[in-house]
Amino acid sequence: MKLAIAVQRYGADINGGAELHARYIAERLARHAEVEVVTTCARDYVSWRNELPPGVETVNGVAVRRFPVRHERKPREFGRRSERVFRHTHSLADEVAWLESEGPASPAMIDYLASAAFDYTVIFSYRYYHAWHAARRLHQKAVLVPTAERDPAIGLEMFRPVFRSVRAVMYNSQEERAMIWSATGNQQVPGVVVGVGSDVPQRTDPAGFRRKFKITRPFAIYIGRIDENKGCGELFDYFQRYATIFPRGLDLVLVGSAVMPVPKHRRIHHLGFLGDQDKFDALAASDLLIMPSYYESLSMVALEAWALGRPVLANGRCDVLKGQCIRSNAGLYYERYEDFVETLYSLESNGPLHHRLGQNGREFFRRNYAWPVIERKYLEMFQRLDRETAPPPIAPLPGWLARRRASLPAAESVLAGIPSGAVIEGERHG
Amino acid sequence: MSDMNVRSDNVDVEQIMRQIRSRIREKRGVDYTEEEIRELANVKLEKFLDPRGVRSDLLDQFRRSRAAITEPQNFAFEDSTLYETHRGFIRWMRKVLNPILKLFFNPNPLIRALNIQAELNTKREQLDALHYEVMHNLVIELTRVGIEAKNLKMRVESMSSRLDFDERRARALEGVVMYRPGSAAPTGPPAPFDNSRTVEGDQERRARRRRRRPRRPPGDHREVRQGSPSDSGTGGQDVPDRGDQTQVGPERAGAPPADPSTGS
Repeated sequence: MKLAIAVQRYGADINGGAELHARYIAERLARHAEVEVVTTCARDYVSWRNELPPGVETVNGVAVRRFPVRHERKPREFGRRSERVFRHTHSLADEVAWLESEGPASPAMIDYLASAAFDYTVIFSYRYYHAWHAARRLHQKAVLVPTAERDPAIGLEMFRPVFRSVRAVMYNSQEERAMIWSATGNQQVPGVVVGVGSDVPQRTDPAGFRRKFKITRPFAIYIGRIDENKGCGELFDYFQRYATIFPRGLDLVLVGSAVMPVPKHRRIHHLGFLGDQDKFDALAASDLLIMPSYYESLSMVALEAWALGRPVLANGRCDVLKGQCIRSNAGLYYERYEDFVETLYSLESNGPLHHRLGQNGREFFRRNYAWPVIERKYLEMFQRLDRETAPPPIAPLPGWLARRRASLPAAESVLAGIPSGAVIEGERHG
Repeated sequence: MSDMNVRSDNVDVEQIMRQIRSRIREKRGVDYTEEEIRELANVKLEKFLDPRGVRSDLLDQFRRSRAAITEPQNFAFEDSTLYETHRGFIRWMRKVLNPILKLFFNPNPLIRALNIQAELNTKREQLDALHYEVMHNLVIELTRVGIEAKNLKMRVESMSSRLDFDERRARALEGVVMYRPGSAAPTGPPAPFDNSRTVEGDQERRARRRRRRPRRPPGDHREVRQGSPSDSGTGGQDVPDRGDQTQVGPERAGAPPADPSTGS
């Protein structure tokens, strides 16, 4: 079997959520099939500037073919077009222009995917240029990994036919699937909730981590970009209030690069970006992981915490995280300060609860996100698609005039109509 | 104050969250969500702006300014505005004749004054919106503080009634204590107990308890009752129970949190 993995950026040092996800999947599927990653020369997801050389190289044993991006993103134009399609009644042409301005526009990459003889093309991140064009051109071979969050892009009309015409959709979570079903009505398309695994080391050295970073007190940990959009502002506010009330409670350790100021507080320790081994040692040394993000399609770091038997305290306003906490019975969640302080106190002070949640997390990870499980789900999907007949061709775009008719509702209003909330059904542990 | 019961062989996160929220409700008294507080604050704001209330002109003033934001009330005035027209020929004529016009009078101060006025209008709109927002937020905070004060008042009342009850009980118990003839009258606070007798008594009690209680198998930790940040009504240091420490993953380097009763 010959597989292509199409993703907007790719590299051993590119750690964006979807990109890392794509790399892990490519490296794992390479054990079962001939895999080629098809991507752009961009490293920066804001500008899509061509920084890497075009052509073929090998990254961790997987062939990677890069194509240049035709134009960089112009933030002002992208902002204006986003405003138009997200907040106003608009036309299909506006949406196509929005996608072009979002990028990474690489027609050569799409041409290559269409001309090469791949059995299936696994396309990551539905909202980017490459995904929409590749899925339209190759819909009979396209297996889409949407990595969709609850943002207005899912309400754009242009994505509906794509979601309904690809061969299969590999969802990250039940919540993501429910949102896409509701937004696009693609229930008839073969789909499975897969997510992604993680290379969690067999042995960790929590004591070594404490020695190396001189952290002696028990602590909760946050791993990820320290960003207002990730809920870190709210986390800092809540934690500082908690620290005032509980002078001898947990410290907070932050791992990741900061794009917002980190408050100077004797119980908040910012360690910056850490390598994988240090990161896992830090997780193993921690009491629990805090995930303050409002929007996640899948939190890999939460899965890693569960793999190491650490409970998670998640932002309950993120449907995916809340749903995972409930389904796994391996984490608590908060929606306001009072919840935060009570749940954090419960996790730090209640040994049996902490222990049981950690155990459930380990079991949840083993059953759902261990690599053999992920690989099996992908391979079973490919086998199923081999057996089934391909769907009818995707409907062409409407004519010139119809494309310019401003009759599509604002994407934000479409999103507001999509039901939200954690999906409670499904396998539960504990 | 309700405790959180955790059975070591089973946990249900939803159940735990329900327990936590009910504990928060108990602690806070009436538990308003953020939306409810905002709704209450809105009601109060409208009441505050009632023309029959203290400031009769506030309602009209704010309503007018809020409504005006949606209308294009301002007029951008630039140096070319006086000469603008949609007819190209006339625009060209005005441009040609402009030097002649300037022979009669100087339009520049007029243009500058109107330009400044347009900017002032824009700033005033922004300031109006800001004032409204500040007042709105103040009322929200005031509502929140009012609710909290009410809850605290209820708690104080409850505690003072409990204190009254305890005092009455203490007086009643003091009244029951009999003076025995032949023994010395107490000159100070009586020693609470005799050490030697107590040690013996303790040993007896422990032996009795051992006889009564069936032996527990090792590792059985069912029904561990757990306190909460709000459960330290006795004051002093709160010592959180981590249950069986052998089951607990993280090492505890620090001591437990202190005095959570001052919590949220």
